[in-house]
Amino acid sequence: MIAPRVPPAPRADDFLIEARNVVLSFGATPALQGASVGVAAGEILAVMGPSGSGKSTLLHCLAGILTPDSGEVRYAGRRIDTLREEDRSALRRDEFGFVFQFGQLVPELTAEENVALPLLLGGTRRADALSEARAWFGQLGLAGLELRRSGELSGGQAQRVALARGLVARPQVLFADEPTGSLDSLTGEQVMELLVAAARQEGTTVVLVTHEARVAAYADREVIVRDGSVRTLSNDRAGL
Amino acid sequence: MLRGMSVPIALLGLLEREPSHGYDLKRDYDAYFGRGKSLPFGQVYATLARLARDGKVVPGDAEPGAGPDRKRYAITDTGRLEVDDWLAEPVEPEPHLQTVLFVKVVLALMLGRSAESYLDTQRAAHLQRMRELTELKRSGGAVDALLADHGLFHLEADLRWIDLTCARLDALSDVVRP
Repeated sequence: MIAPRVPPAPRADDFLIEARNVVLSFGATPALQGASVGVAAGEILAVMGPSGSGKSTLLHCLAGILTPDSGEVRYAGRRIDTLREEDRSALRRDEFGFVFQFGQLVPELTAEENVALPLLLGGTRRADALSEARAWFGQLGLAGLELRRSGELSGGQAQRVALARGLVARPQVLFADEPTGSLDSLTGEQVMELLVAAARQEGTTVVLVTHEARVAAYADREVIVRDGSVRTLSNDRAGL
Repeated sequence: MLRGMSVPIALLGLLEREPSHGYDLKRDYDAYFGRGKSLPFGQVYATLARLARDGKVVPGDAEPGAGPDRKRYAITDTGRLEVDDWLAEPVEPEPHLQTVLFVKVVLALMLGRSAESYLDTQRAAHLQRMRELTELKRSGGAVDALLADHGLFHLEADLRWIDLTCARLDALSDVVRP
């Protein structure tokens, strides 16, 4: 058997965000069955797996959107699964950024207002929020599109606006759920290039859910979710 | 690096741009097609000699100066026709399903070993290679990206096969372990 040069998984002490033995069911349907995964600060982790394997549910648990039936989710050393909803909401707003498959821009707002949204929700003055938002447009190749509404943007442009929105508040962790899933290969590649470049520049930790190997290849490391649990090669070898 | 059989046609193609010395051909071959593995001078001159024998290139008169061969080679009409034909001909669409990969899975199932574990290891190896190619794309030029993309799409196709096979292991096991 070949011995691939697999990048080493970070030590548990180095995890910025971590799920430990997370179990979650939707009614009688088990989604996660003891899933454990950790992501180091500044790391880009790809979470892969077939449809229905639980990878998006795992992301939602890590991000504090869902709370597990059992197990723990820790961020920066403290449990977040036991926080009250308003505290988790504040954590998501202040520390986390999100990009989803379909940009989910607010159609009534301009592109720059969409990007500024996390700052506005966090209490930043409108003029300041818009000014910070505009700074991202050049970096993501969106200059000149600031006042367009989502219906006037191409898929790739809308997704880059969504990426800017995910990064504008300079989150510690960016959660990206199939961020290129609705784009063609070339456009998806451009979005990934920008996502990785921005994350590296800002030192942002990224949890990237994708079923596409070419997208996962932008990450530092990948884990596979299968039947609600996380498989990693190092786990298999170490018998953990 | 291109397969050995592609070296003559690559050199012919380079000569179609302009007549060149063996040294220049080697330099350009290494730059465009070598991918980290340079073409030995011996192979360049042996290939040029064969191409000349077959009437696809003609050597000019030896020029004064140092070096093993100061002849400038030019492509002939026959050589140009070969380049045309080669460029117009599609490559045999052979399945890239790797026989060895297939044999490992079947054998593992047959012998009651963990085919899934093997496939996970293979997936990790594929993804690691894809990371390297992606990095090559990000840091290299347009020609690097072109070649890296070709590798990436083929590796991705293998990975799809690996994932599908993973999902079918139980059914496959029933067939190979009656």
